[in-house]
Amino acid sequence: MSIPIHPVSQQTRSTCPYCGTGCGVLIGSVGGQIVSVQGDPEHPANFGRLCTKGSTLHLTAAASVTQQTRLLRPLHRAQRGGEAQPIAWDAAMAMAAERFADVIRRHGPQAVGFYGSGQLLTEDYYVLNKLVKGLVGTNNLDTNSRLCMSSAVAGYKATLGSDAPPACYEDFDHAETLFIVGANTAWAHPILFRRIEDARAARPSQKLIVADPRRTETADMADLYLPIRPGSDVALFHGLLHIMLAENLVDHGYIARHTQGFEALQAVVAAHTPAAVAETCGIPVADLLQAARWMGGHTPTLSLYCQGLNQSSRGTDKNAALINLHLATGQIGKPGAGPFSLTGQPNAMGGREVGGMANLLSAHRDLGNAQHREEVAALWGVPEVPAQPGLTAVEMFEAAARGELKALWIACTNPAQSMPDQATVRRALERAEFVVVQEAFATTATCDYADLLLPATTWGEKDGTVTNSERRISRVRPAVPPAGEARHDWAIFTELGRRLEALLPERVAAYRPGVGTLFPYAAPESVWLEHRESTRGRDLDITGLSYALLDTAGPQQWPLPEGGGSHGQQRLYADGRFPTADGRAKFAAVAFVPPKEAADAEYPFSLNTGRLRDQWHGMSRTGTLGRLFGHVSEPAVDVHPDDMQRLGLTDGDLVRVRSRRGEVLIPALTSGAQMPGQVHIAMHWGSEFLSGRDAGGERLQGVNALTQPAFCPTSKQPELKHAAVAIEPVALPWQLVAMAWLPAGKALVVREAVAALARDFAFFSCVPFGDEGSGDDGSADRQVGVLLRMASAKAPEAERIAPLIAQLEGWFGVQASDTLRYDDAARHQHRAMRVAGTGEGEGEGERLQAFLMVGQVASQAWVRPLLQERQPVQALGTRLLSPSAQPPGDVVSRGKQVCTCFNVSEPQIMAFLPQCSGTEGERLGQLQGALKCGTNCGSCVPALRKLIRETPMAIEAL
Amino acid sequence: MHAPKKEPAMSTPPRKQLVVIGNGMAGIRTVEELLKIAPDLYDITVFGAEPHPNYNRIMLSPVLAGEQTVDDIVLNPVDWYAAHGITLHMGKPVTAVNRRQRIVTAADGTQAPYDRLLLATGSQPFVLPVPGHDLQGVVTYRDIADTNAMIEAARTHRHAVVIGGGLLGLEAANGLALRGMAVTVVHLGDWLLERQLDRESAGLLQAELGARGLRFALSAHTAACLADAEGRVRAVQLKDGTEIPADLVVMAAGVRPDVRLATAIGLQCNRGVLVSDTLQTLTDPRIYAVGECANHRGMAYGLVAPLYEQAAVCANHLADFGIGRYVGSQVSTKLKVTGIDLFSAGDFMGADGTEAIVLRDPVRGIYKKLVLKNGALVGACLYGDIHDGSAYFELIRSGASVAAQRDTLAFGPQAATALAA
Repeated sequence: MSIPIHPVSQQTRSTCPYCGTGCGVLIGSVGGQIVSVQGDPEHPANFGRLCTKGSTLHLTAAASVTQQTRLLRPLHRAQRGGEAQPIAWDAAMAMAAERFADVIRRHGPQAVGFYGSGQLLTEDYYVLNKLVKGLVGTNNLDTNSRLCMSSAVAGYKATLGSDAPPACYEDFDHAETLFIVGANTAWAHPILFRRIEDARAARPSQKLIVADPRRTETADMADLYLPIRPGSDVALFHGLLHIMLAENLVDHGYIARHTQGFEALQAVVAAHTPAAVAETCGIPVADLLQAARWMGGHTPTLSLYCQGLNQSSRGTDKNAALINLHLATGQIGKPGAGPFSLTGQPNAMGGREVGGMANLLSAHRDLGNAQHREEVAALWGVPEVPAQPGLTAVEMFEAAARGELKALWIACTNPAQSMPDQATVRRALERAEFVVVQEAFATTATCDYADLLLPATTWGEKDGTVTNSERRISRVRPAVPPAGEARHDWAIFTELGRRLEALLPERVAAYRPGVGTLFPYAAPESVWLEHRESTRGRDLDITGLSYALLDTAGPQQWPLPEGGGSHGQQRLYADGRFPTADGRAKFAAVAFVPPKEAADAEYPFSLNTGRLRDQWHGMSRTGTLGRLFGHVSEPAVDVHPDDMQRLGLTDGDLVRVRSRRGEVLIPALTSGAQMPGQVHIAMHWGSEFLSGRDAGGERLQGVNALTQPAFCPTSKQPELKHAAVAIEPVALPWQLVAMAWLPAGKALVVREAVAALARDFAFFSCVPFGDEGSGDDGSADRQVGVLLRMASAKAPEAERIAPLIAQLEGWFGVQASDTLRYDDAARHQHRAMRVAGTGEGEGEGERLQAFLMVGQVASQAWVRPLLQERQPVQALGTRLLSPSAQPPGDVVSRGKQVCTCFNVSEPQIMAFLPQCSGTEGERLGQLQGALKCGTNCGSCVPALRKLIRETPMAIEAL
Repeated sequence: MHAPKKEPAMSTPPRKQLVVIGNGMAGIRTVEELLKIAPDLYDITVFGAEPHPNYNRIMLSPVLAGEQTVDDIVLNPVDWYAAHGITLHMGKPVTAVNRRQRIVTAADGTQAPYDRLLLATGSQPFVLPVPGHDLQGVVTYRDIADTNAMIEAARTHRHAVVIGGGLLGLEAANGLALRGMAVTVVHLGDWLLERQLDRESAGLLQAELGARGLRFALSAHTAACLADAEGRVRAVQLKDGTEIPADLVVMAAGVRPDVRLATAIGLQCNRGVLVSDTLQTLTDPRIYAVGECANHRGMAYGLVAPLYEQAAVCANHLADFGIGRYVGSQVSTKLKVTGIDLFSAGDFMGADGTEAIVLRDPVRGIYKKLVLKNGALVGACLYGDIHDGSAYFELIRSGASVAAQRDTLAFGPQAATALAA
């Protein structure tokens, strides 16, 4: 197979759409097709680096992916559950506006809800916010940032007075102590972790403390790892402060000059003795002491945190209690110091800046503040902004489930995957009279519930700005025209606004003099300029910034007020003055409260959810690439070895994980990262990839069927990081495994079709696999793998199984004349394997192209790698069909893939490692030199280091 | 291994006389078995209709295919008979038996008295009673003479039709094709070897033979052999009127037990000489019958394995041991066409109440069907890979339960053992 290399005729500087790191990318395109991506060497977030996800972005924009997975034209579903039919844009928008106007007229503006996304651009967000709060007259606008950063927002505001991360990435280099808590930075923010690795290399004195219930790759890197019990963070922070006070590691001068409320906090902290906290958190007292001494006495100290603190019923308290430590030690506002919230989504920050949440207003204004409401009303030219707080994410879907919200507008997010308590979410989507889903991808679970589907542009097509974790605003620029009939989100909101203005003339009549429309926008820049004006005089003042300056001076941190020069401000609060009424930061004397749903006899396990290294959210984008399933290939619940043994489980056994709200069937895997009594399921496995039916025939809704809607009373962020669950082995003796290499232009459609069919069985999971090569889409013979698993308690009836097998064989291409078969109909056993000769030169031969196993599937353990690794199989002959779990003869798998970029496997690394000598760093260098692993995006470097530590040098190498 | 022939000692009682009619595989195998256990009991006389010593009839096909010579397939050369003191009359068909006087008379008048008589007259090819069946160029395929006739015809003629798509017909067709003839097999059945293969495996076989140049007319009724001006066959005409050019027609449409002599001497026959479990004829306990001419419990076997089993029992009884009993054979078949491996045994078609395990590897042209009933293997049909045929055959014969190894059975009994280990 040769990969034609297109000359890159156009290069576009833009920003990665994945996490809040906000890396700059250079998009290469030819004739309206994206063909390459590379890190922008000039972008101050990443300086040219990209992680596994970012470096494969161009592949997700390949024509084959677009054709198979993108929503390319407006669709209308005349009947729920029916096939959505194409509809013209004009008719679609007319219908949308009329239905919403109708609900508003009949039930009032509180009867509609808008649910957006931290992946919308600032401009999109701005128009949406103005539409909902300025025109419709409700604050029922929330976004998936509620699931992500709202506790960080509330924590900052409760202590520092404003939602502003005070530190910057460069602080990694200056810190003497790094405290990572509730964050698996190695996986969730790989490029930041590369910077941390660099900082540690350059500054050997730097100490890394990691607190996390899971022994993650981040934890593996730590000088001190604190495996705290789930939800015990506040106790930990109070305990640390207790020790700092006892050992005089606090900065009394700073406390006196710049803070208030310390006495109240002291009173709370007094009870958190080291012994008590060690007991609460489940860690040794000595480690607690060591952490306090490094954080308080080995300064500067920088704390990095993410969803472990945020996704909690006490998320605001956790954030605030951590910030307490920085205020008490004065570790804020100076190089290498500060409480630094790592943002999950690419533009959660930008969304907060425009006030695109149910409790926020433009430019960090508060809905609860009458003066702020008036300021915003004046800026927009409307009589008022409604005072009644809007429904936050969980509340919004609960209200819809109760029938209180009649119409829902969902943009750029997939609540039927990502929201906790899916049963309620699905009920809400079913009960709402009218659901609009404005999406780039047609494949999300939420699309199934839409009455109207509006195709939106996405990365590579969009135009606007985003703000990353360190308050840095970057441009997002279009490299190619919109796919199909897709339109920009801001433009869709603009059109909806104008149509609603026409349908609700009484509202337009009330506009302030001189305002004809709230939506005069012709381009994103005109939106942005209005947003810029709203920031004047605010903490995030960017009146000195412009698109032109972003073009010439590059991405800028806020604030950057008019006359403030050409560069933004690196750090906040250097002068110790805070944006509070009295200029002092406030200590938060919060009490430690354990997680909402304690594990008990009935639900004895604590379920944690989190991100995988190579996946993103509901996987509508990353899930299109087989190679991003190389790191973690299939859904699994990670279980401690002792719990596996206690439950009588071996790796791959199906278990039912059950909470008070729902259940999933999922294979169990032994994991060294888990503590006993705690299990973990990646947040990505929604019903698109993992489903089935329960005993009552109800559809299983993926991981978030289990998670709980309990939320933080302040931030309203739900506790996705903890749910009490029960785990029991399930006997589903009838099993089916199918796997195939399919043409790239077909594989994703097949996956969708298979998923739709297979969801009717008790258990179903279906994922892509493979390696998309350099990603040039012009190669017609490029292949993508699809892996399907199904199981049920008993074999389907004969009249159902034959058509099922025939259909699957058709989709997986296992029906050709070169298919090997084994059939024992009476035992419901069928195995079919299609082999294909490559016919390319010597040493080539038959490769397994596809297989289907029904009934007895034990042999998939060794057959699967044969297919996936394209190993020659002619020597095996009919033994390929053998039912044994043991491979016949000398079948050897390449093993688990570690490096996605260069496809380097663990056995390859283990084989080479004994020859490497020297320090960990030197051995890493030798490994990288020889195998190239970890030399591109570097995301696997923590895994490599772990392997190095675990693999001794050979005697001769010593 | 044969026991050395001992010179009869004067002190020993006079030996009994054993006469064997039929110098083929069944008769001589019985003699060999007898010599092993009772070398001194009989004076043995053998009459053979063919002018050859005992040869391996089932290897005629490799001879026809040019892979072996007649000399290669001789089982017992003339000096073997001499070394064992056996009187051999080659080329002397027996025409009469005086059962009262116990004397055998051959066509040339040679006589031999007997105490025990063994009939091993084999079978006769079935000649379709169609017009033209006696034309020049229409042959059967049974013995060395037939084989030589076919080899000769292939040297001088172009087109051959083989009537009968059974084992013998296909071997004949293959041999003639290898000798350069354009061969068409005319077969009454819906698929080839319908007594040995199921439709699917027969399809694989037909494809393979087709790839070697053979052509086939299935479900085809032969109506006549048509003559040319010289009275030699020129074509085979089917009932639908189709004419297939043929300078040579091989009738391989089955065999009939050769019971002409047995009938003539008053032995009860019904598609074979009726024999008991000791292989004695029902009519005359001094007379035994083995091989293709015998009908045991309603079965006349045309294959070598049952014949050998009969020979062992018959010899045991002739030796006066009387402890052997023949209760019938499970049969399995092979096709002797180089490069084509097939094997079938038992109820490979799968009657009601059976379950089938089927393994197919079209890449290597492998087909395996195992038929189970009540947890035991009752039939097997293998094509392309017959490595495990005899092991399956043993399982079928034993009737043992294979339930525990069912899932691995198709991969060979040794795979099952390895898995259990």
